[in-house]
Amino acid sequence: MDARTADRVLDCRGLLCPMPVVRIGREIEDMEPGEVVKVMATDRGSIADVPAWAADTGNEVLDWHEETDHVVFYVRRGAPAS
Amino acid sequence: MSIVARSSSGLVLTEQEVRAIVREELEAALRRDPAARRACIIASKGTLDFAYPPLILGAAAAAAGMEAAVFFTFYGLNIIHRDFRRRLKVSPVANPAMPMPVPMADTFSGLPLMKGLATTMMRAKFRKKGVATIAELLDVCRQSDVRLIACALTMEVFGYRERDFVDGVEFGGAGAFMSEARRSHVTLFI
Repeated sequence: MDARTADRVLDCRGLLCPMPVVRIGREIEDMEPGEVVKVMATDRGSIADVPAWAADTGNEVLDWHEETDHVVFYVRRGAPAS
Repeated sequence: MSIVARSSSGLVLTEQEVRAIVREELEAALRRDPAARRACIIASKGTLDFAYPPLILGAAAAAAGMEAAVFFTFYGLNIIHRDFRRRLKVSPVANPAMPMPVPMADTFSGLPLMKGLATTMMRAKFRKKGVATIAELLDVCRQSDVRLIACALTMEVFGYRERDFVDGVEFGGAGAFMSEARRSHVTLFI
């Protein structure tokens, strides 16, 4: 999974807790199920927060890795909650 | 394997089968449990530093798809007061954990200007690090339907009126809190 396969990009660099998950949540609401957003964040807590948030909300972190000065997540919107 | 149950249709079940059915039903009930999706937080402190945790957690709960409510009681009412920017301060007095630029005796840190100085320094540090402001967190909470509830008793005692608070605040007491809290797995007193 890389930037070419992400449907959109969300820059959360410079934001601290809880704003990355708040922003991702808003972005996801605006996406279709199956669409992927690439998220960039500098908040170290997001490494734990984003996967936990995804598990709670029925979305999926497909992959994540660290760049030199930030973290990148690929988050796929799950099926809407029934 | 002993036989422990007989279904209405005459089907005989072993202990193992009964356990499997009970486990399955319990797991299904827990998955449906609405309390797992509710958070109820009390904000009782009215200082700048303690204004952050209830709003951050309320916003995080809402982002995780939970219904969240924050009850503001006693000094916590400062957080939702229209004048919260001026009211929320932090003091080095009686707070030995507060990082100070230089070591300072208590008699010195208690001087009149110190509270303002400490407040300005904390705001500047938070801004530099990129922490959302209290105004921004209040907006996030209201936009994501976190209920902000002011304690009616404290309002009475301290002489607050409904119009003293930011828009979107509800009013209630211990009964309203308990009614929310008993249906929430997450309950916090801050």
